[in-house]
Amino acid sequence: MSNLRTPLSQVKGLGSAKEGTGHFWTQRLSAIAMVPLLIWFCFSLASLVSMNIADIQAWLSQPFNAIMMILFIVVGFYHAKLGVQVVIEDYVSNHVTRTISLILITFVAVVLAIAGVFSVLRVALAV
Amino acid sequence: MAEFKLPSNSIVTKGKFYPAPDGATNTRKINVYRFDPDTGKNPRLDTFEIDLDNCGPMVLDAIIKIKTDMDSSLTFRRSCREGICGSCAMNIDGSNTLACTMAISDIEGDINIYPLPHQPIVKDLVSDLTHFYAQYASIEPWLKSDTPAPPDSERLQTPEDREKLDGAYECILCACCSTSCPSYWWNSDRYLGPAALLASYRWLADSRDDATGERLDDLEDPFKLYRCHTIMNCAKVCPKGLNPAKAIAETKKMLVQRRL
Repeated sequence: MSNLRTPLSQVKGLGSAKEGTGHFWTQRLSAIAMVPLLIWFCFSLASLVSMNIADIQAWLSQPFNAIMMILFIVVGFYHAKLGVQVVIEDYVSNHVTRTISLILITFVAVVLAIAGVFSVLRVALAV
Repeated sequence: MAEFKLPSNSIVTKGKFYPAPDGATNTRKINVYRFDPDTGKNPRLDTFEIDLDNCGPMVLDAIIKIKTDMDSSLTFRRSCREGICGSCAMNIDGSNTLACTMAISDIEGDINIYPLPHQPIVKDLVSDLTHFYAQYASIEPWLKSDTPAPPDSERLQTPEDREKLDGAYECILCACCSTSCPSYWWNSDRYLGPAALLASYRWLADSRDDATGERLDDLEDPFKLYRCHTIMNCAKVCPKGLNPAKAIAETKKMLVQRRL
């Protein structure tokens, strides 16, 4: 016997974290938000192919396009972070590795999202 | 990390072959997982050729025949032989089910019989379900009410409220669902699994129970509840035709509902 704790005490462990529903709910909300954003993004991308760089800069300077692009980036990275978090929680059982991985993906998602938003603003406000 | 490969001492080796008695014409090969922790040897897969003309129709009949006629050391659990006790849950033909309600004629080719997946093995087809039962105990599967019962009658429930328990109360705790769930394989130390969560929903849905809020508090956890990703293996294998995944989804709905 590696330990003498009762089976019930092992199951109860540290108890309920009293959270998880927020993650569940926002993952679904962001998924719903991504549907129109992704459709808009795909159509926009297709229409941008024939444009030159000046046209694209002008296109992104329009308030609607800039706002949609920022929304796409922010919601997209947020949803991606929530999804990757689930994968890590599922498959990484070592507590230290799991905690470090969760911190890392949060940082990476925030940095990339802010870099994306900054890029859009730089183009949109430069013209 | 999730385990995708068996540890070296769990790799199943080829075992013995027990031929059918001379003169048997209607035979079927049954491969059975054998493991005896006392020997220190790896598990092995024994092959028993059984005479179907002298055997009952169910897989449990074949296993009992093997123990009676061919190898008395074969170890398994069984009791009611009619799908109500849940003792003979095992992995038959690649799917968890009860040996007593699984007909031999419904399986094509050789029949492969293993214990329930991803559980410690006591011996042969007997897995250690201590943790599984403790998880059931942890959801406190009894009526909790702050209101004393009426002194001269039972606690009443409308027929409509009683109907809400259909599909939740029939669970026999055979563990087929939980041990078929990949999320349970990887995280059963913290994830309660479909069986315990279905049992929990049985009390969440009970109109006579006052402890819904506390029960939801105890479940609201990234691991205890939210490891369920609607994989649906639980509903697929349940020998009683229940749908634990739906009960878990209903529980999640209740948790969302009380925030909005």
